[in-house]
Amino acid sequence: MTQTTHGRRGRGMKRKHKRLIFVGAGMAALGLAAVLVFSAFDDNLVYFFTPSDLEERTFAPEQRLRVGGLVEEGTVEKSADGLTVRFAVTDGAASLPVTYTGILPDLFREGQGVVAEGFLKGNLFQADGVLAKHDENYMPAEVAEKLKANGQWQGGDEAATP
Amino acid sequence: MTAELGHFALILALVLAIVQGVVPLIGAQRNNDAWMAVARPAAIGQFLFVSMAFACLMYAYVVSDFSVANVAQNSHSAKPLMYKFSAVWGNHEGSMVFWIWILAVYGLAVALFGRHLPDSLRARVLAIQALITVGFLLFSLATSNPFLRLDPAPFDGRDLNPLLQDPGLAFHPPLLYFGYVGLSVTFSFAVAALIEGRVDPAWARWVRPWTLLSWGTLTAGIALGSWWAYYELGWGGFWFWDPVENASFMPWLLATALLHSAIVAEKRDALKSWTILLAILAFALSLLGTFLVRSGLLTSVHSFASDPERGIFILGFLVLVVGGALALFAWRAPMLKGGGQFRPVSREGALVLNNLLLVVGCVTVFIGTLYPLVLDAFSGEKVSVGPPFFHSTFVWMMVPLLLLTAAGPLMAWKRADLPHVVRRLTIAFVAAAIIIVVTIAVRGGPWGAVVGLSIAAWLFTGVMVEFAGRVRLFKVPLGQSVRRALGIPRAAWGMTIAHAGVAVLVTGLVGASNWEEKVETVMSPGDVVSVGGYEFTMMSIGDIQGPNYTARQADFRVERNGNLVSVLQPEKRHYPVQNMPTTEAAIHSTWLADLYVVLGDPVGGASAVRIHHNPLVPWIWGGAAILVIASIVSLTDRRHRVGAPARRTRRAAPGADVAANAAGNAENARSKA
Repeated sequence: MTQTTHGRRGRGMKRKHKRLIFVGAGMAALGLAAVLVFSAFDDNLVYFFTPSDLEERTFAPEQRLRVGGLVEEGTVEKSADGLTVRFAVTDGAASLPVTYTGILPDLFREGQGVVAEGFLKGNLFQADGVLAKHDENYMPAEVAEKLKANGQWQGGDEAATP
Repeated sequence: MTAELGHFALILALVLAIVQGVVPLIGAQRNNDAWMAVARPAAIGQFLFVSMAFACLMYAYVVSDFSVANVAQNSHSAKPLMYKFSAVWGNHEGSMVFWIWILAVYGLAVALFGRHLPDSLRARVLAIQALITVGFLLFSLATSNPFLRLDPAPFDGRDLNPLLQDPGLAFHPPLLYFGYVGLSVTFSFAVAALIEGRVDPAWARWVRPWTLLSWGTLTAGIALGSWWAYYELGWGGFWFWDPVENASFMPWLLATALLHSAIVAEKRDALKSWTILLAILAFALSLLGTFLVRSGLLTSVHSFASDPERGIFILGFLVLVVGGALALFAWRAPMLKGGGQFRPVSREGALVLNNLLLVVGCVTVFIGTLYPLVLDAFSGEKVSVGPPFFHSTFVWMMVPLLLLTAAGPLMAWKRADLPHVVRRLTIAFVAAAIIIVVTIAVRGGPWGAVVGLSIAAWLFTGVMVEFAGRVRLFKVPLGQSVRRALGIPRAAWGMTIAHAGVAVLVTGLVGASNWEEKVETVMSPGDVVSVGGYEFTMMSIGDIQGPNYTARQADFRVERNGNLVSVLQPEKRHYPVQNMPTTEAAIHSTWLADLYVVLGDPVGGASAVRIHHNPLVPWIWGGAAILVIASIVSLTDRRHRVGAPARRTRRAAPGADVAANAAGNAENARSKA
């Protein structure tokens, strides 16, 4: 690595100059990306709550939320139009009525874990999306924690069987 | 007995991997030929042992040996044979053995096809490859042994999740894994080069086929997974910006960047340490992908099986591998002297910008994917970052990249003439303008779709301009243009095809995300619903019996202006072994759109249904297929074809390139005459 520095000096200036342009462009791109990312975070983060969390807090009706829990046994009701469903989501301590219009996921069942996304209107959660997991044994981790805290945990230590 | 044999083979593979990981490395350091020579036979032996373990596991699945716990949990005697095979990698333990097997396949490939590599480089690459294998073998044997027995053996198995019993998903994980693991080879090459302290154009040329191979398989794997989600999950969507999807998308973005920066390293001997860094990070992200999917740390609709303990192991491994590689990089990279000089406006400059945009895009996806995890760890608040975030960040960052993709290949190396490039792109401006007018006239918006389609038109026209220039279309007689086209190197063909494929893909993505129409309703036989200009008539609804499921099936007659288009038969299946329902969407694809019908729950004698009209979705799959074809075409370039005559000369001197150039010049002279 002992090269003669002769002739390198001259190029060195240029190289430094060039590098500066690229570093500058890189910084500008990263800065712009950061601005985009943080403004997008402001608008698009959706907070997740369990029904008992929601009892303690209030939200603007236009605030998008996610609610997770188990579908409470015996609460699923279909309305006359065949598409609108009402059910309650529970975390063992509190329960929240949810309404949804549309075809529910395959694994939506009483006693199963679900996550509903939508808006809280008064005491009714109007969901525009309902997620149930691919796995029949799935339960949202947050709900499992809550059930454990309430002493209502029924499963083993392994929430998800391999 | 086979299970024990498989287990034993895995342990032997581990021992051999340790030898392969240590001896050649020391040999290369001390310039000891005998020690370096250990690498090749060890890699071959490695492949044999891991293949044996993998074959034993497969055998246990095929004969339904339910005394093996893994088989009992994931298979069933009544399952079709193909899904007995795919069940091997459809679960965690089996997929890890499969991962290790692919590592061994790549190791074998480097050992066999890398004969022309300098001895020390080959020894080091194979040693690092073996060290990665050691990590995964330890992981498999210590935390997820697929060969554990079950006593007493159950009478029958629990069956594979029915959603996974699908041809699309039978091939999705293998392709994805070939892509992920292929990046381990580029990683090994990068680390070996750092140890050697030397990166030259030859190095970049040796790395390229491996990058291409893993990029192509990764593309195919991601597309197949997306296609599977589209038709199997029945939501009508194809990409949800789910953490697991992002986990495969991030390495893809970096592999794309690597593919481009390696060109600069090869042709111009510049961007060398950057290329090395990309190779390290791309593999780091594929390890991170495995970690995210296998740990269950991020809640995802795709997390089929997860276990935090395994996640911790992979995290530790990740820190060790990536931390070690980055430390080595920090130490050795300053020794890599940059070569060719270039102006900001040049082919190199365009490729740097391409890399910058791809990396910034990847960082954005990374932040969006991991932010919920970080926030949870620090504040305990649970959030999710959904598609709107990625639409308002990542998608916009790709706009300048797509604009650049048309211009970059028109630029000269070292110093480009920008006004000249803009002049050549006049026709692309015209095409984009026409598409803007036509789209507004036909669909009236939204403006995001107008912009998106005009960008696709710009890109496609730009690609054609570059290709036409290359074959001197209309400047020389047509026959000569055809002859020139046949003489273009396969790698250049690959570029043209891939960039055209991106234009097709973008068209599909824009159409599908802006013009989807969807109707959810309740229908009984005889009812008609109109969606997207098509009339859907429900003809009948009834029960059918499948091999390992029962189903409710409806018949829909689809008509347009009174002409029959198709008969669609969506199903709602029930798999009794797992007591699990699945939705089988029925899809009719025209070249321009998909008609997509999903059956919901029964409502009396009627049924809930959802009908989609998804414009341009077939273009997404078409675009992805073109990308894969492009990677195959580029792989067949004679520069890196196995056994190409160039290899012999390459070892001797850089004279091969001079000779090739001379031949090219002679060809040019002839065509000018």
